[in-house]
Amino acid sequence: MYTYTDFDAAFVAERNRQFRAQVERRIDGSLTEDEFKPLRLMNGLYLQLHAYMLRVAIPYGTLSSRQMDQLAYLAEKWDKGYGHFTTRQNIQYNWPELRDVPDMLDALGEVQMHAIQTSGNTIRNVTADHFAGAAADEVADPRPVAELVRQWSTDHPEFQSMPRKFKVAVTGAENDRAVIRAHDIGLRIVERDGVIGYEVLVGGGLGRTPMIGKVIHDFLPEEDLLPYLESVVSVWNQIGRRDNKYKARIKITVHEVGLDEIRRLVEERFALVKPLFTGVDQDHFASIKAQFEAPDFVQKSVGPFNQAYNDDPVFRAWADTNLTAHRAEGYSIVSISLKAHGATPGDATAEQMRVMADLARQYGHDELRISHEQNVILPHVHRADLPAIHAKLKEHGLATANINLISDIIACPGMDYCALATARSIPIAQEIATRFDDLKLEHDIGELKIKISGCINACGHHHVGHIGILGLDRAGVENYQITLGGDHTQTAAIGERAGPGFSAEAIVPAIERLVEAYLEHRTEKSETFLQTYRRTGMAPFKAALYPESKAVAAE
Amino acid sequence: MPKPYTPKVVTANHLLAGDVIYQTRDGWSRQLADAEVLTDEAHADLRLIEAAQQTGEVVGAYLADVDTSRGAPAPAHFREAFRAKGPSNYAHGKQTELN
Repeated sequence: MYTYTDFDAAFVAERNRQFRAQVERRIDGSLTEDEFKPLRLMNGLYLQLHAYMLRVAIPYGTLSSRQMDQLAYLAEKWDKGYGHFTTRQNIQYNWPELRDVPDMLDALGEVQMHAIQTSGNTIRNVTADHFAGAAADEVADPRPVAELVRQWSTDHPEFQSMPRKFKVAVTGAENDRAVIRAHDIGLRIVERDGVIGYEVLVGGGLGRTPMIGKVIHDFLPEEDLLPYLESVVSVWNQIGRRDNKYKARIKITVHEVGLDEIRRLVEERFALVKPLFTGVDQDHFASIKAQFEAPDFVQKSVGPFNQAYNDDPVFRAWADTNLTAHRAEGYSIVSISLKAHGATPGDATAEQMRVMADLARQYGHDELRISHEQNVILPHVHRADLPAIHAKLKEHGLATANINLISDIIACPGMDYCALATARSIPIAQEIATRFDDLKLEHDIGELKIKISGCINACGHHHVGHIGILGLDRAGVENYQITLGGDHTQTAAIGERAGPGFSAEAIVPAIERLVEAYLEHRTEKSETFLQTYRRTGMAPFKAALYPESKAVAAE
Repeated sequence: MPKPYTPKVVTANHLLAGDVIYQTRDGWSRQLADAEVLTDEAHADLRLIEAAQQTGEVVGAYLADVDTSRGAPAPAHFREAFRAKGPSNYAHGKQTELN
């Protein structure tokens, strides 16, 4: 893992000192709210419906046990004993008081964490594949790239006041687990004839105008990464629209100006920018890479795993669902579900955080990851240790065997917390999970991604859910629109709207009818919901959602 | 005939705690029931300006519609109902703090 240099530590400490003074000046009346608001947002502090909310960056979703313990400490000392992991691999605290936030930031600084650029019109926390460094299908670990981009973008003087926010995601594998096609810039590490380069996508995004990113460069040489990124952001920073915040993101610029013209402008800019990069970034990149070397994998018998797998059906169900192939022999990647049926997606109590930190310390080479799907990952676990890990997780409500299943739902905080929301998300997720758990159907249904947003800004990624749910305010009543066929992976697609929305009471039965239609129409059990949808199209699902209109059509 | 004015209250978030507060005749309360109900548009606008000037205590003051058909002001929109009560996934916020 990356360890702060003295420069990094001094930078964060200075920013924290400045913010402490800004908070004091706000409280003593020297700063108005209009003056203070941009300062607090630069440090991740929002004012939400019921309280302030502090969004803490977890760069590329990677945490050490010590850092996770500190997140637990913050949750207990300054919040209500829990934290909420988000779709951008961050953690949010929902209940801090203004006076306490500088102390929270200092406590984060002790473990090399901060909340800088988790808000505002800046380059946000860089996200990455949560299986980075562990996945069997990986060309290279994306985290050194993400760390390089993080350092380049942090406090970058040209990019502190842009038309809008800017999000970068990186993956090192063909299988896209980082949703790179829905980011302002998506980077995929590729290998050609033994040489590493980057496929660069631009102009993806969700929100009110969802777009799939387009390839602006199919093989960018490794050493050109930062000058090229700087050129892309710089071109957009100049021509991106500042007259209308709904048209300010780079996806709109690419859409309006055209990919070819953007590419030409970027190349023109690149010719100017490239000579300014003297190669020091590449020397630094080499030193960053050295900090992400794989742990010393051990070799031992997987006998305990095989025995538990044969003897314990609960362990077997969990192992079948929550484990992913690891690149090292005898190892697995463990996904810890933060989606216990009926619980709030992405929430973990301080106690649960400490349990996960301890497990990573004892069995997982001291590493944890946060996934954009709001779960926690132990990336490096020997299979022999899985029975002990499972037993411990079970004691703390963390052994739900539902990764990639219908109850593994992404949900934004929605109107239960968020000032921008137009409807609630969390209770809908809770009800769907509880309902399908009661039906005991979810393992039979198989892979099905439900993603719920409580407003058009799409933090809950509803556009790329196999089933997407968007909560709106229709004449003072919560109303939920369904989209179908979205896909967040390398075969990314924006879901298609199924028809009129449903009330809060009618949405869960509507989802149930959709799933029944899928079970009825799939050719065999291995055909997933998305595959069935792609084969049949909208018609059978629409008929299931709106049986009245089917009856009318049949008359 | 002019459209009847929907009764309103001035609401905001508290600067230090961040929680929801309502303007009363002589200050602020954490309970909607204590709020000063404003039935005259000009008076409501004046009270909002007065609230917005108290930058040392409140943030983001605005006028919210209320339903006064049962006497005490009640939220007219579900967003205000959540603000008055707290989140629905945990018994946190106003729903427990005021009891």
